[in-house]
This record gives sequence, C-alpha cells and structure tokens, in this order.
Amino acid sequence: MLIARVIGDAVATMKNASHEGQKLLLVQPVQLDQTTPRGDAVLAVDAVDAGPGDLVLMVTEGFSAMTAVGRPDSPIDMAVIGVIDHVEFVEADATTD
Amino acid sequence: MYIGKVIGRVVATVKDPGLASQRLLIVQPLTASLAPTGKQIVCTDAIGAGAGELVYWTRGKESSFPFLPVEVPTDTTIVGIIDRVNRC
Amino acid sequence: MILARVVGTIVATRKDPRLEGKKLLILKPVSPEGKDEASYLIAVDAVGAGFRETVIAVTGSSARMADGCKDRPVDTAIIGIVDTVSLDKGALKGG
Repeated sequence: MLIARVIGDAVATMKNASHEGQKLLLVQPVQLDQTTPRGDAVLAVDAVDAGPGDLVLMVTEGFSAMTAVGRPDSPIDMAVIGVIDHVEFVEADATTD
Repeated sequence: MYIGKVIGRVVATVKDPGLASQRLLIVQPLTASLAPTGKQIVCTDAIGAGAGELVYWTRGKESSFPFLPVEVPTDTTIVGIIDRVNRC
Repeated sequence: MILARVVGTIVATRKDPRLEGKKLLILKPVSPEGKDEASYLIAVDAVGAGFRETVIAVTGSSARMADGCKDRPVDTAIIGIVDTVSLDKGALKGG
C-alpha cells in the first residue's frame, strides 16, 4: 500500500461497465514526507468517499482494489481504501530517502 | 489505473490465438497535467478507443478481465475514455 | 519477499471495514547488510512486529495468504521478524 494525495478526479462516460457509478480519483503517490511526488499521478477507484486534498491509503493490487469497491473480476488495479488521520514515525530521519 | 493517449495501432498477423480479433493500440502514458511520461506501450482495447483519444488503462492480470470468459493474454488494457480531468 | 525495517505507523479511521483492527506499519526496504533502500511500503502486520525491527514482508496477491489477511484488501503483509541475516560474501562476488 502507498500514501497518496487526492489531487482531482477524472470523468469518463465511455468506460468498462464495472466502473459505472464509481468515482475515479486522480491521486499523486507521495514519499514519506507526504509532499514529494513518488512517480506520476494515477487514477484510483474510491472506496471510502475521499475528497480533494485528502491524504489517503491506496492499494495497487487487483483483488484488493476490486473487492474494496465490490466489483470482483473487473479491470480495477488501484483503489483508495483509507483516509489517513496521521502518520507517526519512530525516528525523525525516517522520511529521508 | 493510468492516464494515456492513443497514438497509434499495431497490426500483427501472427499472434497468440487469445489475441485474435483484439485491437492493439499504442498508448503514450501521461501525467496529471497530460504531459507525456515514460515509454509508449501496447494495450488491448476493451472500450473501442480511437486515435488521439484521452483514455485510462489498467496494468496487470486484471487487464484481461474485461474479456472474460475469453482468456486474453494481456497485461495492459484500455478500459475507459476520459471526458475531462479535474484538478483541485 | 523483501527485508524491511519498521519506521512508523499509519492511523486511518475511515477505511475499508476489512482493515478494522489491523495494524498498518510503514516499512523501509533494507539490503541484507541492513542499509536503507529508497522508497517505502505500507504493510499489514500479521506477526506483531515492533518499531525498528527488521522484518520479512510479502507483496502482491500472496500477501493475503498471511495469517488473518484472507479476503482482505492487503497487498503487503509482514510475515516474519528477522533475528539474524548471514551473508556469504564470497558467494555474492562469485554470483
């Protein structure tokens, strides 16, 4: 699982039937400092009603993602499955790579 | 899922039987601001996307699920056409 | 499976109900020598790992085979706490 920031959403009329009625969040995976981007932004299906600017927990594995939104056997490879309240570190230097 | 743009197509006469009647499109992955990023890839198409369209695609085993019960050997599939991307 | 070090924890009240009661730990992958590698992972703890401990984590769909993770949305699970790592330096050079 990764930490990501919700930076927007995507609207698609033509899409796989299993995606109907699902919110497609545009999320930017971030490093442990919670701001530095980790790779490019991606689209994840929303399983917890997350909103713009939320720091979220996302899964990047099929079964986890599709069952989180109740659509097994569908082409869903990422989902937002938690809204993060806070992140705690053991050591102050943990966020540096 | 990843954002991308259809920039071409591939025609292959000799291919895995599971790919018979599949359209193979070349996709340029895009960033959130729709700038090109990373290598262009070949995707199967589950939605009927056309050249130049903004799409989103999946990666991995779940990419073959739109074609069930036919077992298509694909790891990247276009599953939707994006109307617009909203940034906050 | 990878070796990693527990560096923190995640608190999320609103989450998939199947994650209720699961401890979410932040892992930093480490080399066998114990050196930190770039990047991080969030894992469900299946063995009661603690802060600063070096652990074994399994990723992908296999993570759901960890104790208590069946049918849960888990893509990384901690499945062992490392006591020691021994390395044959000669074998490494040869390979």
